[in-house]
This record gives sequence, structure tokens and C-alpha cells, in this order.
Amino acid sequence: MSAHAGTAGFEGSMHASEAESTGSGGGPAPVRIVVAYGFWIFLLSDIIMFSALFAAYAVLSGQTAGGPGARDLFNLHHVAVETLCLLFSSYTCGLGVLAVERRRLAGFYLGFALTFVLGATFLGLELNEFAGLVARGAGPSRSAFLSAFFSLVGLHGVHVSAGLLWMAFMVAQTAVKGPRDFVRRRLLCFSLFWHALDIIWVALLTLVYLIGAR
Amino acid sequence: MEQTPKPPHDASQSNASESDAFESDASGSVATYTVGLVFALLLTGASFLVSQTNLLWAPGVSAGLAVLAIAQMGVHLVFFLHISTGRDNANNVLALAFGVMIVTLVVGGSLWIMANLNANMLSPAAIMQMQR
Repeated sequence: MSAHAGTAGFEGSMHASEAESTGSGGGPAPVRIVVAYGFWIFLLSDIIMFSALFAAYAVLSGQTAGGPGARDLFNLHHVAVETLCLLFSSYTCGLGVLAVERRRLAGFYLGFALTFVLGATFLGLELNEFAGLVARGAGPSRSAFLSAFFSLVGLHGVHVSAGLLWMAFMVAQTAVKGPRDFVRRRLLCFSLFWHALDIIWVALLTLVYLIGAR
Repeated sequence: MEQTPKPPHDASQSNASESDAFESDASGSVATYTVGLVFALLLTGASFLVSQTNLLWAPGVSAGLAVLAIAQMGVHLVFFLHISTGRDNANNVLALAFGVMIVTLVVGGSLWIMANLNANMLSPAAIMQMQR
């Protein structure tokens, strides 16, 4: 037993210097991996919060209280454009983070500028849709179905808005401090957040718009 | 005692594979993102196609859409969020499994309970009958 503990200790000290760069078994995991893991746990808890609203929507989607239902309200062309905006913004966000990992700042700024424009377009389309619904008398207070719809889709929209703010902040921080380790870790977390919003949108698109509007 | 031969073997293997893995694992490559985008676009297109045409047997469309959505979430997880089977990713996969379990319980449980309640609830007409 003591012999085993001795070897394990030796192995640990041998790898301590390498652990920072390789993430091999011996030492502690690199900061980057730990930070991404912690942020991933936050994202999962966010997804669990969304799941409660998804459950509410699924239960209430038929309770229209004599008002308009999903089939009367949703315009799928609109939704298709929103989906394309989000998908391409995820792509450009990923490429932006790759560029900053390779210290190519021009590529990073281009990628994040495109991501911002696409995200803002998505948000504009969504606000436009909400305003149209409210103008038609189908606001969140019309029926349980519309309450559930506005809270679910609206919460996703709030996340996208927060993402846009965070993105602007991170671009400014990168410009001021340069692509240092901690800046790149934050950018990695931001990209995880942005991609997770896409996953939630896929569930939303399917449950609310595609199944609802049939 | 039998573990003594293991560490050297372990170390040599992990050094070779994980030094590359670190570069590509944490943020992927242009190729991963492009493949992911193509898959995501194809699956989204398929979802719209299935929902707008009579390609699938009508009662099965919802199930078909759910399958396409879950496939697309998988594509996003693998190609955009870089969830993999690599060693650095074991914690992430376990956390994901726990998250999927909670989401399934919340959504599935709510639907099940509410469907049951609806089935067991007296209809408004029956309540009127009792009040008379």
C-alpha cells in the first residue's frame, strides 16, 4: 500500500509541470478545462430552467381560451430566417474563437462582428413578431397558451440580448487587453453560451413553431 | 502492487494523444464547425420539409420532428460545444447525462401528470350536473 502511494506521489510530481500544457492524468487539470467545466454546469442549470418553461408550454399549448391558436399566429417564413440567423451566428462565433486562439485578431473581430449582426437581426425579427402579436390582440395576457409562449420564447430572447451585451463587452476587453489567457477563457465561455442558446432554439423551433403551426 | 507497471504506460500514451487533443478539443477546428453547420442546416431543412409536406404519415410527424430535433441537438453538442469521449471530457459528459435526466423528468413528468389529471378531471358538464 505504501509502495503504491509512493509511486502515485512520484507520478504526480513528475507530471505537475506538464499538466498545464497537456492535461494528462497526473496533476490538476489545466485552468481552461476547469473553467469550461464550471461554465458547462451553469449552462446545464440554465437548460434545466428552460425545461420547466418547455413543460409549461407543452401542457398549456392547447389552452387558448377561445383566442387564436398556434396555427393562426405563427409565420414559418419568419421563423426560418430567425433559425438561419442563429445557425450562422453560431458558426461565425466558433470561427471567431478559433481565430483568437491562433492570435489572428482581424479574423476574431470579423467573426464576432458577423455574430453580433446576425444575433441582432434575430432579436429584431423576434421583437417584430412579438409587437405584431400584441397589436393583433394576442398578447401574453390573452390566454394561458400565449402566456406560456411569451415566457418561453421571451426568455430565450432575453438570453440572446444578454449574449449580445456580453459579446460587445468581450470585444472591447480583447481590444484593450489583447488575447491573453484569461481573455481567451472568457471568450471560450461566451462561445459555449452562444452555442447553448442554439440548442435551446432547436427545441423551441420544433415544439413551438413546427409542431404547433401544423 | 499490480498497479506499478501501469503509470509509465499511461503517461506515454496520454502525452502523445492529449497534446494534440488540447489544441483541437477545447475549440475545435474550421473543419469541425463547417461539418457541424452543414449537418445542422440539413437537419433544419428536413424539419421544415417534414412539417410542411405530407412526406411522413400524418400522425407520425410530431415524432419525426422530435427525432430530427434531438439529432440536431446532438450535432450541436458534438461539433459546436465539443462534447466528446476524450478523457478531459468525462466530467462534461457526466454533467450532461445528469442534465438530460433532470430535463426528461421535468418535461416527461409534467406531461404525464397533467394528462392524467385531465383524464381524471370531471368535465364541466358533469360539474353542472352535480350542482343541480
